[in-house]
Amino acid sequence: MHHLKITNLSSAYGKNVVLTDVSLTVDKGQVISLVGPSGSGKSTLLRVLVGLTPPTGGTVEIQGELINYNSKSSIKLSRDRMAIVFQQYNLFQNMDVMGNVTIAPIKIKKRDRKEVEAEAEDLLERVGLADKLTAYPDQLSGGQQQRVAIARALALQPDLLLLDEVTSALDPELVTEVLDTIRRLASDGMTMIIVSHEMGFVREISDQVVMMDEGRIIERGLPAEIFDKPTTDRAREFFGKILRH
Amino acid sequence: MNYTFQFGVALESLPALLRAGILTVELSFFAFWGGALIGLAGAAAKTFGGPVVSRLAQAYVVFFTNTPALLQIYLLYYGLPEVGIILPSFTCVLLGLTLNAGAYLTEIQRAGFLSVRLTEIEAAETLGMSLWQQIRFVIVPHIAKTIYPPLANMFLILVLGSSMAAVFSVDELTGTAINISTETYRWLEMFTLVAGVYIILTFVASIMLAVVGRKFFRVKARMF
Amino acid sequence: MLERMANEIPRLFEYYSAIFLLKAMGTTLLMTLVGVGLGFLLGFVIVYLRQTPGLFWVPVRIVAITYVEIFRRIPFLVILYLVLFFIQAISPNASLFTIATIGICMMAIAYTSEIIRAGFESVPRQQIEAASAMNFSRWKTLINVIAPQSWPVIVPPAFAYMVSFIKDTALVSQIGVVELTFAGKVMNNRGYSALLVYGTILILYFLLSYPLTRLGGYLEKRFASSKDN
Ligand SMILES: Nc1ncnc2c1ncn2[C@@H]1O[C@H](COP(=O)(O)OP(=O)(O)OP(=O)(O)O)[C@@H](O)[C@H]1O
Ligand SMILES: [Mg+2]
Repeated sequence: MHHLKITNLSSAYGKNVVLTDVSLTVDKGQVISLVGPSGSGKSTLLRVLVGLTPPTGGTVEIQGELINYNSKSSIKLSRDRMAIVFQQYNLFQNMDVMGNVTIAPIKIKKRDRKEVEAEAEDLLERVGLADKLTAYPDQLSGGQQQRVAIARALALQPDLLLLDEVTSALDPELVTEVLDTIRRLASDGMTMIIVSHEMGFVREISDQVVMMDEGRIIERGLPAEIFDKPTTDRAREFFGKILRH
Repeated sequence: MNYTFQFGVALESLPALLRAGILTVELSFFAFWGGALIGLAGAAAKTFGGPVVSRLAQAYVVFFTNTPALLQIYLLYYGLPEVGIILPSFTCVLLGLTLNAGAYLTEIQRAGFLSVRLTEIEAAETLGMSLWQQIRFVIVPHIAKTIYPPLANMFLILVLGSSMAAVFSVDELTGTAINISTETYRWLEMFTLVAGVYIILTFVASIMLAVVGRKFFRVKARMF
Repeated sequence: MLERMANEIPRLFEYYSAIFLLKAMGTTLLMTLVGVGLGFLLGFVIVYLRQTPGLFWVPVRIVAITYVEIFRRIPFLVILYLVLFFIQAISPNASLFTIATIGICMMAIAYTSEIIRAGFESVPRQQIEAASAMNFSRWKTLINVIAPQSWPVIVPPAFAYMVSFIKDTALVSQIGVVELTFAGKVMNNRGYSALLVYGTILILYFLLSYPLTRLGGYLEKRFASSKDN
């Protein structure tokens, strides 16, 4: 059984079709990277998976269970299993670091506060922020905020982590610290779908690279295959541009 | 509730109400433009005046925005005769509303003055505009765009505020509703009707103001 | 004239008159606080209703929006008369104070709900999406994320409206509630100079309003500057 199985998924914003027949499987412990030009639908795919944007067709199964995106309770169940980290971190501005990481486990999952807080401290330690527990988002650098956002997602104890361009809003010197955090997660066996423009990183960390263009998957395979011998012109052009930078 | 609505009498008075509506609009209109003139002077005084002049303008604003218009009119209507000045009630109401509006319009127009950016004026200068052209093509349109929404809002507030005139037996909308009700005893019906007239009146005014704003001042914001 | 006023001033501030005026001032304040307090709560309910998503709730949304649009287009004096005669028709024994407070409340609902809505809408959509991706219910998002972030936008204009509601309560004297303005009329009828009496009343209103205006202005500046950091 695949951990996540996406079959012929489509989505649209109004009349503007942004995902067409996307099929993809993710196995437990795998890291899948989504690459592709701006506007190709990578973010939308992640948003559809967590139920923020409704699909117009296709199915998604998580651990063999079909998610019904018309049913709030089904979406809720699926969100217990996956967590998403956004490009702009989207930390709650009214809560400190600890509050951001613990609020969902305590208030939504109704877990014991003490236990959650102890776990949160461990998590924040892992992302290198043990000394920032009481800081507010606006007192942190972008890289620190993004690591808090990752810790917040991990505190939900997800089986699948979705990361949407988590480094693209960061200054170059802050990128490394976030990438290190993700690297560590990968070696701990976390299942992840990563959208990223950091091609070196993608190549190093991914079990599979998937390239999207205009809402479709146009190429997929091992990093070495994709980067070194792309089969489509579109992919060659894209990698040519990106890798030259 | 053992009250039976009888809208017949109230509806018969509709023509009288509509006539009264004209007085309401007149009252709001004059108070608005009078207030706008006072406000222009006040805003200029606050922005460009010396310490004494700008403080005086500020005192005027603080006083009028922190006390009820009704009481200001009371002072004009009941107080002034004690020093030998007797004004008709309509004049007192209009004067009171105007002075009141002037205070708010001072603040609005001052915000307009402050919104003008030096960079825009510099840009206009580098384009070789004369002072008059700068005022005509850059400064005034900018200010107009900034203050149009609050100005329009102020007019609508004045339409509602002018109902205060009823307290001084001026026969605008509310006053007329009171007059007819005292004769017919159909208070609820009369006031439901007059409420409807106010709703329609302000609605029409909102739409007209929005259209004018869009057409002449490039204002997109929703108003009121 | 000045002589007459000079003679009256000590009498105006003699014990009974002073108590009478202070009580009236208390009535004005109480009416405003209760009316606006309830108005704020119900305004919150209105906003909650009008932001409820889904086709099923369309009628509720329409009712909520209509209420706000209507009550912001009727003069307070007219609302007051409507409430007066309506309540007297269903419950002839209702006190004038109650009636006036309900009137203020009905008006306050409409205006405060617009302030609350503007506050809620000032919270970036991404904050709400982050919450919903973490399985926050609508209510939990509102309480934990939206409300705490929107109150700096809500509070300063709320003070400005509070002041305007205090001033509007002067009209309540028309239906016979013994508040500040009515007290002024009573004193005037007892023969005190109108200039003196209404001047005093005006100052008392000012004492109620001005501190609130200042506080609202202060909070606005503070919130604005804390946002720049
Ligand atoms: N909220 C929205 N409403 C309407 N159209 C949208 C919305 N969000 C995205 N789109 C459109 O959907 C398409 C796919 O956008 P998406 O954000 O998924 O691309 P992306 O691959 O993540 O791009 P990027 O690399 O720039 O983040 C784009 O054409 C975009 O214009
Ligand atoms: Mg994206």
